[in-house]
Amino acid sequence: MKIKAFTAIAALMVAGTAHAEAVSPNDVQYGEYGTIEASLSGAPGDAENGRAVMISRGKGNCIACHAVTALNDAPFHGEVGPTLDGIGEYRTAEELRGIVANAKMTFEGTVMPAFYKTSGFTRPGNGYTGKAAKEEDLSPILSAQEVEDVVAYLMTLKDG
Amino acid sequence: MKFKALTATAALLAATTVYAGGADDDTLVINGEIEMTTKVAAPPHMADTGISELISGWHFRSDETQQLQTDDFENQGMIFVDQALEAWETAEGTEGKSCASCHESPDSMAGVAATYPKWNEEAGELRTVQMQMNDCRTNRMGAEAWKYDAAAAINMESMIASQSRGMPVNVAIDGPAAEAWEMGKELYYTRTGQLELSCASCHEENYGNYIRADHLSQGQINGFPTYRLKNAKLNGVHSRFRGCVRDTRAETYSTGSPEFVALELYVKSRGNGLSVEGPSVRN
Ligand code: HEC
Ligand code: HEC
Repeated sequence: MKIKAFTAIAALMVAGTAHAEAVSPNDVQYGEYGTIEASLSGAPGDAENGRAVMISRGKGNCIACHAVTALNDAPFHGEVGPTLDGIGEYRTAEELRGIVANAKMTFEGTVMPAFYKTSGFTRPGNGYTGKAAKEEDLSPILSAQEVEDVVAYLMTLKDG
Repeated sequence: MKFKALTATAALLAATTVYAGGADDDTLVINGEIEMTTKVAAPPHMADTGISELISGWHFRSDETQQLQTDDFENQGMIFVDQALEAWETAEGTEGKSCASCHESPDSMAGVAATYPKWNEEAGELRTVQMQMNDCRTNRMGAEAWKYDAAAAINMESMIASQSRGMPVNVAIDGPAAEAWEMGKELYYTRTGQLELSCASCHEENYGNYIRADHLSQGQINGFPTYRLKNAKLNGVHSRFRGCVRDTRAETYSTGSPEFVALELYVKSRGNGLSVEGPSVRN
């Protein structure tokens, strides 16, 4: 009896962790080469939603700069970054999470924007209005879960 | 011998590949008579930019858009130039004067677009063409200043630019202009906004590349004001700067601000040697 109750509580605690608060952008821990070890949201990513985030102009807009053969149904792929074909083959989820969250921790000085960062900007604006925004009001371009979703999608890009 | 020929071909192939996504090799002649310098060696002050050849934005546009700029009857920007030619003769303000009262014929403006922004000794300030026009309006005509980049101002600026078409851009960056030039350079390389991009991120490191559907150029302003098919009107330099800064998710500067005046001088100097093309046609 006692044991059963205990198991139930333990199960509840595990479930609780899955719905835990996301790591806030200012608290993300990057490894020496810019990796992030654990899920930012505490939950696994949804590759299908990650695909949508990658091609959405208001979200990742990744194809503005990267060509991805598997996303050829979405128009106008850019050439500013390398193609992401086969990226899931030669990069780990930890590396990809770090690159999407803040690529500058992996590639110093890169033009790739940081998608999970809210401080340290010069003249941050309120979205694309051209008007000023206060740093404390900024939200990251992608939510913790959206970063996880994108990483899950990138991991599906195996043959390149 | 065979081997040498092969190497030469390989070199040629490599050269073409470099240009595949880049600027095209067309030549720009306007109305069958004004020959434009649209590619030229970079001036010495650009030695540390990695850019050895200046390329007009015209080269990065589609053949159809390029074509529109070769003939004044097809260049819709010229409709507004005609309007400005009328305004040139129209007296305004308390002094009952027009531009023509002091400057006579519009061709007295030849060379102005090539050398502005320019230091004004008496006023002790760097002036854009629009600032100079407003100085004439308020101080000599007793008329109201035009709002920066508003239709009246941009039309007149285009008319003045059209008088310099084919002349090489040649703004002074030394002497009293040096301070503003340094400030403009600083702004050019500052990564702004939540996307943390500078002018250089796009127009120095990535010209020739596509970003979504847009072919990135060097961001030259020798063709300004530009008639854009997108909004069917003439667009000023500062308005373009605002759009680009806004797209980095940043707080922009205002049109006519000291920051944009300085940035205009700096960006214009990165085109020293290219022909003045204004008003050009862009998408
Ligand atoms: C403004 C341009 C730009 C945007 C937008 C952009 N990237 Fe990048 N990305 C780059 C560049 C440039 C690099 C190459 C890194 C460097 O600078 O050396 C890169 C590198 C990468 C890499 C590493 C590739 C490799 O071979 O290791 C991944 C993965 C990646 N980007 C994913 C994304 C995803 C996912 C998004 C959207 C959520 C995105 N990028 C948005 C420019 C961009
Ligand atoms: C995120 C990328 C990006 C950034 C950052 C950026 N631009 Fe642009 N800019 C563009 C695109 C795209 C165009 C349209 C295609 C073209 O002409 O290059 C453009 C066009 C221009 C043009 C028009 C060129 C022509 O021939 O009509 C000028 C001038 C210009 N930019 C200047 C600047 C300056 C100055 C800055 C910095 C304050 C800047 N840009 C920052 C993307 C950018």
